[in-house]
Amino acid sequence: MESSISEIRGRPLIPGEGRGPLLRLTHPISFWGGVEPTRGRIVDPRHPEFDFSIAGTVLALPAAVGSSSSSAIMLELLREGTAPAAILMGKADAILALGAVVGREIGYDPIPILEIAPDRLERLPDGAHVSVHLDGRVTVE
Amino acid sequence: MAMRIVTSAADLLGAEALVEVSSAHIDGCLHHGDGGVEFAEALAAGGGQVAVPTTLNVGALDLLHPEVVRADAHKVDMARRQMEAYVAMGAEPTFTCAPYQVGHEPGLGEQVAWGESNAIAFVNSVLGARTERYGDFLDACCALTGRAPLYGLHVEANRAATIVVDVTAVPDDLKYRDEFYPVLGTWLGLQVGEEIPVINGLPSSTTRDQLKALGAAAASSGSVALFHVVGVTPEAPSVEAAIGLGGELQPDSPPGWGSQQMPRIPATIVLDSVSVQGALQRLSTAVGSDRIDAVALGSPHFSMGEFQTLHRCVRGRTLGVPFFVCTARDTLADIESAGIAQELRTAGVEIVADTCVVVTPILPAQAGVLMTNSGKFAHYGPSNTGYDVLYGSLEDCVESAITGKVVRSDEVWSW
Repeated sequence: MESSISEIRGRPLIPGEGRGPLLRLTHPISFWGGVEPTRGRIVDPRHPEFDFSIAGTVLALPAAVGSSSSSAIMLELLREGTAPAAILMGKADAILALGAVVGREIGYDPIPILEIAPDRLERLPDGAHVSVHLDGRVTVE
Repeated sequence: MAMRIVTSAADLLGAEALVEVSSAHIDGCLHHGDGGVEFAEALAAGGGQVAVPTTLNVGALDLLHPEVVRADAHKVDMARRQMEAYVAMGAEPTFTCAPYQVGHEPGLGEQVAWGESNAIAFVNSVLGARTERYGDFLDACCALTGRAPLYGLHVEANRAATIVVDVTAVPDDLKYRDEFYPVLGTWLGLQVGEEIPVINGLPSSTTRDQLKALGAAAASSGSVALFHVVGVTPEAPSVEAAIGLGGELQPDSPPGWGSQQMPRIPATIVLDSVSVQGALQRLSTAVGSDRIDAVALGSPHFSMGEFQTLHRCVRGRTLGVPFFVCTARDTLADIESAGIAQELRTAGVEIVADTCVVVTPILPAQAGVLMTNSGKFAHYGPSNTGYDVLYGSLEDCVESAITGKVVRSDEVWSW
């Protein structure tokens, strides 16, 4: 693996700004059945990051899987204020992004969602505080 | 707002155009939280009306028998508001995951926007209409606008089979049994990933209920949205036809000409005895249990034909454990007028309409072992209900429910 870097660039699916501690999921997750929206916690007992809170994090996802009802869970996270501060996805996924589009339409606070190639995503240092910028840059604080 | 969401989705998916659709099935009636209610009511308050004939998937309530669902007053109120908002926009209150059983059958090649994984698999595969995998919100926005992103399975070339599934080794006796199809579907979903399978070797008499069970299981264990069955589904008169869908080959072209469009030769996977056993075992988590505490049938929703089979098995008998069958309100009305419903209830069958037992609390709160003939219930039962599951044929479910002691005809699975 290449060394960590202090800035990478992604493609904004939902442009915006957000900052928080990086939480990197090591396994794909289905938000429906995998994330409990009133607390923003991972509730799938088979998931390696079981019981982690995603609220307020910059959430790095290698890939999402599963149910298209995950859009609905994304919307509930935004409504409850338990959503991540930003989401960085290894592969663009219309399901989570769609939940964010709908949230923006009905007036919930939006969050940015970026597509960033997995090999670049890997180079963000674990545990770092990172900021996501309007132009798709992600910087390590 | 609906059109902005459809065009945003098209951008996210990389679709360059929209396609007109002729029907929609909305999977947005199920209450996951109050955001879904606020979205539906915002569409309705803005004067939203469906632009095409639209059916509704299950909600979190049985509106005909509200007492069967155990939920607090706030959730019941919000779940009801969510279901009613879509009806106010002109959608038909079908509240079923099997709209294709209550008179909504798009034709071959028709462009539609359907949600709910089993309904998607059925309409694409069995009816040959064309939908992508629509989920919450986007299906509703397609219904209101009559448009969908032109993408994925809307495009014929993307419907071509990419993997051949050979089931010719399976004995005919097993292939004619209903309980084979959820097992086949479970195995298929785990095997094929993103590929589009063409299955070779099923009887031409394979029924719609069997294909329904196959698709629902494959869309639960995996993400199958389209499968072809040679000689059975409309886009697969042959393996070659399913592989060549959307291709531009000219039969009289000179050799090598047009090779850019030649479909690649797909790999073949074979269903053998060991794979069948593996998939069968995966459908039961209550290993070694000799008692059951409840039975649930009807995922996807029970059809008239399935009710008739159940009726033959239980009439005049008494079921000893709670026994739930989920169906559409339209099918319920049909079995009421056929006189079947009353005899089923007398035997101890509880008929649930508009919803189902894995999406909302209906099963007795004291969890235990749930027996089912549904691959989808077997898949989602443990995580959604807390029950361990035991898979068996409809007949085995009935026999087990009479005394509460497990009866399973295991010999049919070995060859």
